Amino acid sequence: MEKSQLYAAIAAAVPEAVTAEGKQFVELTVAPENLKSVMGRLRDESNLSFDILVCLTGMDYGTDLGVVYHLRSYAFNHMAVVKTRISDRENPAVDSVCSVWPGAEYHEREVYDLLGIRFNDHPDLRRLFLDSTWGYPLRKDYKDDVNIVLK
Amino acid sequence: MEVKEKKVGLENEEYIINMGPQHPSTHGVLRLVVALKGEIVQRVEPHIGYIHRGIEKMCENLTYQQIIHLTDRMDYLSAHINNEAVCLTVEKALEIEVPERVKYIRTIMSELTRIQSHQLFWATFGMDLGGLTCFFYGLRDREKVLDIFEESCGGRMIVSYNTPGGLMNDIHPNFQNRVKEFLKYFRGVIHEYDDLLTGNVIFQERSKGMGVMTKEEAIAWGLTGPTGRASGFSCDIRKHNPYSAYDKVAFREILYTEGDVFHRYLARMEEMRESMNIIDQLIDNIPEGPYTAKMKPVIKLPEGEYFQSVETARGELGVFIVSDGNKNPYRVKFRSPNFVNLAPLNLMARGSKIADLVAIGGSLDLIIPDIDR
Repeated sequence: MEKSQLYAAIAAAVPEAVTAEGKQFVELTVAPENLKSVMGRLRDESNLSFDILVCLTGMDYGTDLGVVYHLRSYAFNHMAVVKTRISDRENPAVDSVCSVWPGAEYHEREVYDLLGIRFNDHPDLRRLFLDSTWGYPLRKDYKDDVNIVLK
Repeated sequence: MEVKEKKVGLENEEYIINMGPQHPSTHGVLRLVVALKGEIVQRVEPHIGYIHRGIEKMCENLTYQQIIHLTDRMDYLSAHINNEAVCLTVEKALEIEVPERVKYIRTIMSELTRIQSHQLFWATFGMDLGGLTCFFYGLRDREKVLDIFEESCGGRMIVSYNTPGGLMNDIHPNFQNRVKEFLKYFRGVIHEYDDLLTGNVIFQERSKGMGVMTKEEAIAWGLTGPTGRASGFSCDIRKHNPYSAYDKVAFREILYTEGDVFHRYLARMEEMRESMNIIDQLIDNIPEGPYTAKMKPVIKLPEGEYFQSVETARGELGVFIVSDGNKNPYRVKFRSPNFVNLAPLNLMARGSKIADLVAIGGSLDLIIPDIDR
């Protein structure tokens, strides 16, 4: 499928997401409360079938936090990017996509560990690399005078 | 004094043991907390982070040329391919077309990297299962590839040969001869690998039918590389989204349907042969020309998000760079193959014996610095 066709198909399947054709991949912006239902449909629609979660990235945009999902379809070999933004920095939370792709479990634990975003309904949400005495190092406002040497 | 005899039903009691972080068969500092009933594994829980260096955070304060040197230290057996992933992402963002010569050399180097990585896999996997001889045979042959790297790159394992736009320096004049010599030599000895291990009855008994992942599970968990392809999940990035010179060569994607330890092993053995075929097609046709595109000394990526994946020896490595237009990236994310392949270990090992857990872990070919990053 061409990118423009894929764009049209996605826009028809998930009308509540803001879809853009994007430079490299089709990009969707989804509100956190719609995330799980959008992801479920992206996987299950027969002409989209995004059954592989390639990459799950936690982001700190300065004011907002966010999560970026790179999805790929095994049958069609096309890719799409789903983004969601959370404005609450004190208590950020989004729905877990572990029920859609079981492989998301470790990715989400990593994001929770390094950015402090909680994932609702995650089967085993604990810190992955660091112990509980650390803050959230991938946040832009993270300060650690002992362990991080800045120029 | 009367001693009261107390009967403890050990066979019905679950107990927890620690495997690692210092354990030879975990290939690094991986700690597995294993719940056992008798010697049957009930649960495996990997604990990681012992060599978490925060590479993604460090990248935010480095230039793109400097990031290359950190990627070597993730999956140190696929160092060259990791470098290539970052270079391809930066080149894609800058819309630079690298010279043909660079593409050919990168592809040859990548395949040599894959061969030496699978050689070390074979060596250590044999050792995990009790065949110490494999270790000496594997390292004997791997040394010859490392010598080729040393001659052209200056480094043996941590090569840092790629740089955004091309290569650090041109190949050594002796490079093509050395590679052809190696291929001839390795084709002559690779049957020893099969003689020692593949056809061995003890080895087959210990690996067939162990740690099975079905194709559906492999796709759902995102397993890639030989681990995914042994389950029938066709996930070779070289085939589906070719980069560098992979669109110019004909090669076979190794696929099996069984998805057990033995077929993960077989997939790697076949991949070594396929890599040699790829090198054959390229080594005599390296075009003349510059070894790097014209690059500015300070690289600033245009604002935006860039994603590129490559096929390392262990699976799909994705590089996701978010740039805000400065000379340092705003955010870098490495989607490392080992991190994803480790996740379903519990699913694979549940119900097997503890000795087979070693075989299952070995067949994933884990490199711990790549998991922790």
